[in-house]
Amino acid sequence: MTLRDVIDKLLGRQPASANTAKQRLQLVLAHDRSDLNPELLQQMRREILEVVSRYVEIDFEEGDVTLETGDRVTALVANLPIRRAKLPAPTPISEPTMESELSS
Amino acid sequence: MAATSTRYILICSGKGGVGKTTLTANLGIALAKQGARTAVLDADFGLRNLDLLLGLENRIVYTAQEVLAETCRLEQALVKHKQEPNLALLPAGNPRMLEWLQPDDMRKIAAMLGEQFDYVLIDAPAGIEGGFKNAMAAAREAIVVTTPEVSAVRDADRVIGLLNSEGVKPIQLVLNRVRPKMMANQEMLGVSDVTDILALPLLGLVLEDEQVIVSTNRGEPLTLTGNSSPAGRAYTNVARRLQGEEIPVIDPSKERQGLRAKLGRLMQTKIF
Repeated sequence: MTLRDVIDKLLGRQPASANTAKQRLQLVLAHDRSDLNPELLQQMRREILEVVSRYVEIDFEEGDVTLETGDRVTALVANLPIRRAKLPAPTPISEPTMESELSS
Repeated sequence: MAATSTRYILICSGKGGVGKTTLTANLGIALAKQGARTAVLDADFGLRNLDLLLGLENRIVYTAQEVLAETCRLEQALVKHKQEPNLALLPAGNPRMLEWLQPDDMRKIAAMLGEQFDYVLIDAPAGIEGGFKNAMAAAREAIVVTTPEVSAVRDADRVIGLLNSEGVKPIQLVLNRVRPKMMANQEMLGVSDVTDILALPLLGLVLEDEQVIVSTNRGEPLTLTGNSSPAGRAYTNVARRLQGEEIPVIDPSKERQGLRAKLGRLMQTKIF
């Protein structure tokens, strides 16, 4: 945080726009670069959730499958908080969330 | 035989109006001044403007169209710059050529130019359609021009994707129309924001400069008149870097002097 950010916050001003521009660009480029149309992405999201929910109970509200990009590489990032395992689990699950990354 | 050392450089951006043609004109003149035999090829057949920026619009007799149809020799179509005889323009043909022009036609023209020039600069049209793909076919390397704006950076990214898939390299970046004050206030994407997002090396940084408009009014590129305006210096440095000279790129935050600039830098200091 810079001095300017602090002053902006104190005065209730909007933060500088460059950072907003960067974030919006990164999001839109992740989609542009993967060349996936939104419908296809939605379908993939549904199917991934379907497969994962066969094995574990997922928190659908908190779950998220998104595209992220960096250095001209796009990654599919799934962040799916698990409520509990469906099959008789040998040991209690200690890790509350499961994160998987598939590089394209 | 074509000189194997000829460099065929595409100047492209995706988005229109970011400064492709201005860069092509200034770079062409600067390279010619530095002693390199340079041809500029206007590949924007739909909306040609390179002739106008170079002040050569009244001297066009033949174009790329007649050269391809073999109704004239290349020498007849080339328009030599009066003050800078190392530079020649091959004008774009009629917009109707877009109906039949193929990538192979552009390769043919580029190869002909390569026989007598050290540099062939190809001014690409905006967009990523047929016209752009024809222009790309003639190039081995590319300079992508963008401004620090979301739409220009996004379009540049699309173009870089196409260049990568065609194996055009190296691809270098020229960041145009930078406003140091806005950048310092973080109201404009920073230099590293753009180079990180596009993952390209920075070949040049050009500050927003009113002199560019004055020079286009006259048809005399800034690099021709030895104008020492910020943009003129930046274009000359791009040419020198292309020739292999190592010149550091300016730091926009250092371009501002005085108390206000100091205060601005203080405001950007990370405190936690």
